Amino acid sequence: MIVKRKPLNLFERLYLPAIIGGFKVTLRHFFSKKVTMQYPEQRWVVPEGYRGAPYLVKDQEGCTKCVSCQLCEFVCPPKAIKITPPGPAGQLADRPNAEKMPKEFEINMLRCIFCGFCQEVCPEEAIFLMKDYSLTGTSRAEMIYNKEKLLALGGVHAGVQKWKHKAEEAKAQENFPVKV
Amino acid sequence: MMDWLNNLNPATQFALFTAAKVVGAFAVMMFMVAYIVLVERRVCAFMQDRLGPNRCGPFGLLQPAADAVKSFFKEEMTPAHVRKIFYIIAPMLALIPAVLNLAVIPFGSTLGNPKNPMVLANLNVGILYTFGIVSLSVYSIVLAGYAANSKYPFLGGIRSTAQMISYEIAMGMSVIPIFLCVGDLNLSSVIQSQAGRLDWRWLPDALVLPNWFVLQSPMTFFAFCIFLVSAFAETNRTPFDLPEAEQELAGGYNVEYSSIKFALFFMGEYANMILVSAMMVTLFFGGWTLPWFGLDQPAIDLVHGVLHIGIFLGKVFLFLVMFIWIRWMWPRFRYDQLMDLGWRRFIPVALVNILVTAVWLWWQSGK
Repeated sequence: MIVKRKPLNLFERLYLPAIIGGFKVTLRHFFSKKVTMQYPEQRWVVPEGYRGAPYLVKDQEGCTKCVSCQLCEFVCPPKAIKITPPGPAGQLADRPNAEKMPKEFEINMLRCIFCGFCQEVCPEEAIFLMKDYSLTGTSRAEMIYNKEKLLALGGVHAGVQKWKHKAEEAKAQENFPVKV
Repeated sequence: MMDWLNNLNPATQFALFTAAKVVGAFAVMMFMVAYIVLVERRVCAFMQDRLGPNRCGPFGLLQPAADAVKSFFKEEMTPAHVRKIFYIIAPMLALIPAVLNLAVIPFGSTLGNPKNPMVLANLNVGILYTFGIVSLSVYSIVLAGYAANSKYPFLGGIRSTAQMISYEIAMGMSVIPIFLCVGDLNLSSVIQSQAGRLDWRWLPDALVLPNWFVLQSPMTFFAFCIFLVSAFAETNRTPFDLPEAEQELAGGYNVEYSSIKFALFFMGEYANMILVSAMMVTLFFGGWTLPWFGLDQPAIDLVHGVLHIGIFLGKVFLFLVMFIWIRWMWPRFRYDQLMDLGWRRFIPVALVNILVTAVWLWWQSGK
């Protein structure tokens, strides 16, 4: 395509229309609303399904959902998760119908790549990638989140309690005939 | 304290007073250099719908201090391939001409004592001195380009040499009509001849317009236009910022510099901007005068003296804002357009302007 360039007239060759046009544009933008987000105070609101930091969740009764199966530790590509199981004579789970819960559960947020495999693999729906991003700390040690911190950040899971009806069934077994 | 000052002999008094003026003027200039950088960054950010630096102190007002600390403490690299002596001299030369030129600018009338005018050196050849010193500022860029011993700075240096030499001619010739009208090369008498109200014949008596050279006659107005454009070219500001065209020269003559040496080039550019603005205010916008409330006569007390300095700085600031605004408003000229504009437009127009002014003055004097 050949762009037709019409010759400039005298007025245009004085650059005056260009000056006025430029001044109008810059003046308009000078007083227009600014797009800058003042970052640490204002943050970008992430969309649904955003894969942020993985945290542990509790069930509606405030019990740890994680049963220390270590599948997430196994699947984690950068090996960011480290689970310490309770061991044979260790602490029992704090909810019925679960055999155990982890003694310690650590996620190294410096290693985590936010892939979401842990969330996908978890049979208990105990770990979820939440909306937190740009995690900061002043030392490497501070960036390793332990179980307590992960549970506190994760909060309560709003979804189903996977084994609740099983527990109720088991309870109902005790007085025969079963009425569920 | 005052007794002690009054009992000193006049020579010592003069020396002391001048030293105080030197320190004061230099401090104000450096303060303006620091803060005009902040103003530039904020204004450009606002034009681009951003906010600019606003974290350091209220409204980012401490940003210049942070910048200074940063540039002093950054690692100072001297690349192995540079020509050492020129490499060190060039940044110094960037700032020196602007500071030297400060000496002849009348930045105020007096502080009450008519024997002590607010100008560091009341030279009879003020404008010649100015142009002599201004032409030195090209050396910093040329030397920086040569000393860096690599291609981008070299190209920047070459461009700048050609540009500054061409526009210096237009700039020098553009002010001749002013001095034809004034009949004196002293900048203080230039300001004196701009006092009072504009005496256009068809102007109503009630309307008091300033008798500044930019308004006095078409010739002086043309002189201002040429001077303004040349000032942009001389200070390497957009639309004539070819020596530091980031897109094509990766920064230009200052590519090989770091830390405070780089900052000196930066300061030099802004100091030159302030200087050229001060020159324009002095030559075309009446310096420290305003035609209202008797502010066009030398001050008789301290309050008016300070007010005059304030008026001068205010005018300079307006020019600086214009410089900044234009930088973020316009694209850059192509190199051949720049040369064309300088040699084939402005120099002939400036020459004709001198001629017309001379003929006009000759005709006026014959009446």
